[in-house]
Amino acid sequence: MTGPAPLPDGLVVVVKRECETCKMVVPVLGQLAAATTALAVYTQDDPEFPGDPAAVHDADLSISWHHDIETVPTLIRVEGGVETQRTVGWSRAAWEALSGVDALGVDLPEMRPGCGSMSVDPDRVDALRVRFGATALRSRRIELAELEDEFEIMFQRGWSDGLPVIPPTEQRVMAMLDGTGRDPSEVVAVVPPDLVEVTVEKIAIAAVMAGCLPEYLPWVITAIEAVCNDEFNMHGVLATTMPVGPVIICSGPGTRAIGMNSGVNALGQGNRANSTIGRALQLVIRNVGGGRPGEVDRGTHGNPGKLSFCFAENDVDSPIGTLAASRGIPDGVDALTVFAGEGPRCVVDQLSREPESLAASLAANLRTVHHPKLAMAFDAVVVIGPEHARVFAEAHWDRDRIIAEVDQRLQIPGAEMVRGAGGIAEGLPEAFADHTIPKFRPGGLMLAYAGGGAGLFSAIIAGWVNGNLGSTPVTRIVEYSST
Amino acid sequence: MTRVILDPTAERSVAERARLARPSSLEGLTVGLLDISKPRGNVFLDRIEQRLVGIGAHVKRYAKPTFAKPAPVDLRHEIATECQVVIEALAD
Repeated sequence: MTGPAPLPDGLVVVVKRECETCKMVVPVLGQLAAATTALAVYTQDDPEFPGDPAAVHDADLSISWHHDIETVPTLIRVEGGVETQRTVGWSRAAWEALSGVDALGVDLPEMRPGCGSMSVDPDRVDALRVRFGATALRSRRIELAELEDEFEIMFQRGWSDGLPVIPPTEQRVMAMLDGTGRDPSEVVAVVPPDLVEVTVEKIAIAAVMAGCLPEYLPWVITAIEAVCNDEFNMHGVLATTMPVGPVIICSGPGTRAIGMNSGVNALGQGNRANSTIGRALQLVIRNVGGGRPGEVDRGTHGNPGKLSFCFAENDVDSPIGTLAASRGIPDGVDALTVFAGEGPRCVVDQLSREPESLAASLAANLRTVHHPKLAMAFDAVVVIGPEHARVFAEAHWDRDRIIAEVDQRLQIPGAEMVRGAGGIAEGLPEAFADHTIPKFRPGGLMLAYAGGGAGLFSAIIAGWVNGNLGSTPVTRIVEYSST
Repeated sequence: MTRVILDPTAERSVAERARLARPSSLEGLTVGLLDISKPRGNVFLDRIEQRLVGIGAHVKRYAKPTFAKPAPVDLRHEIATECQVVIEALAD
């Protein structure tokens, strides 16, 4: 580990031979050397450059790295060990002002841009980040044997969800951590089932393994914060025999900035952010929390969404606003909602052109959530497709109206719901026979807007046991730095 | 080049994987004999090899470069790949 070395007082110039502007200013460096004894020149590539004046070779680029040199030449004034001024590239006026020496490089053009510093060279920056910053990482290092396959080892150690994961090298984890302003050692949550504190660093490791880009990391961290609490009850969602997992519904301009899919095949495969954000969350549950299928995860069938079920709302085109907004998030703010849900199922209605008819269609399908004779215990999210949403929009039905109209069509005579009714033993207790039973508890029916432009379909995501006995949806704003 | 990855777990268990259960018989199994490179360890291991071959085991011999350091990760991997059982010999 090389610590940050201070710059000497006086004038400091960082150059490299490969840069034409640096070569051009060599006579200027001579002028500065003649005018002051307090001149230090650092060269990044060739230790013999510029020769006169002699330079210190920044061979490991630690000076350049620690002093944030992005361009060569860079001219810096240092006083009392502290940088007070800096200019990059060549500008006679700027160099004269900074150095206090007149008539610098009178034969040179007035100004000329510099070149990229070797310390920000994309081919080098990952290695430098590890060299100068990786000791901040606290995770145990595991050395791989020469003949071990780095991908197979991830399966053998039990760290995979069944698909290949990217080995979390120091370089990759350091690069991932660039995606957040939060300190790697910050504890984000306590992860079930083992109730282990998880740090930003461990989440970054899982994000690397899942295939995330650094810009997804704030979303992954927020998703973990959203599920690891009593309200969402990730422990129960994991342990239940029902086929549910955390469904992550993302909202806000950030979803577009990171390239999430809210359109064609939004709930399906093929989009990196959708596929890896949810996966990273589940890898944290698996590897940090210790939640593995067949152990604490007791899902009878499970569902493919337990690999990753994450999508974005199309907040730009939505005629009904966003789920996030309906849950108190201001427009334009990045947020996500987690919902304990099973796999989506399709509602096909290609004939309804009147909102009443479409509401009745949705209600008929929603009646069957988990069982047509069970009610109140399960919430549901309806992901309305654009063509269905248009039917409601043309009739000026807003979100609240749609939910109210669907709910109204799901007030069910208790006699149909009780045990034995319809020749089906499953159902509500006999005491409900004389009541009207709403399928959903108040607030239990939620709407999101996503999907491709063609297809008169919507998707129902049925939930797990709701409320204090089970899971309550949680919405959180995405935090990009420590709060 | 040494490759290093970061442990993705809560690090509540050792980084090494758990040992397999002891076999009920060594017949037909490949037994690795790891000489830690202390003097006369080979004498001990030669005798062990005779006895193991006598009960139907196959034997492969390995040695650490020095007794003063843990076995290199590549050697451990080689033994794990080639053997079902390993006996590490300490003599002095």
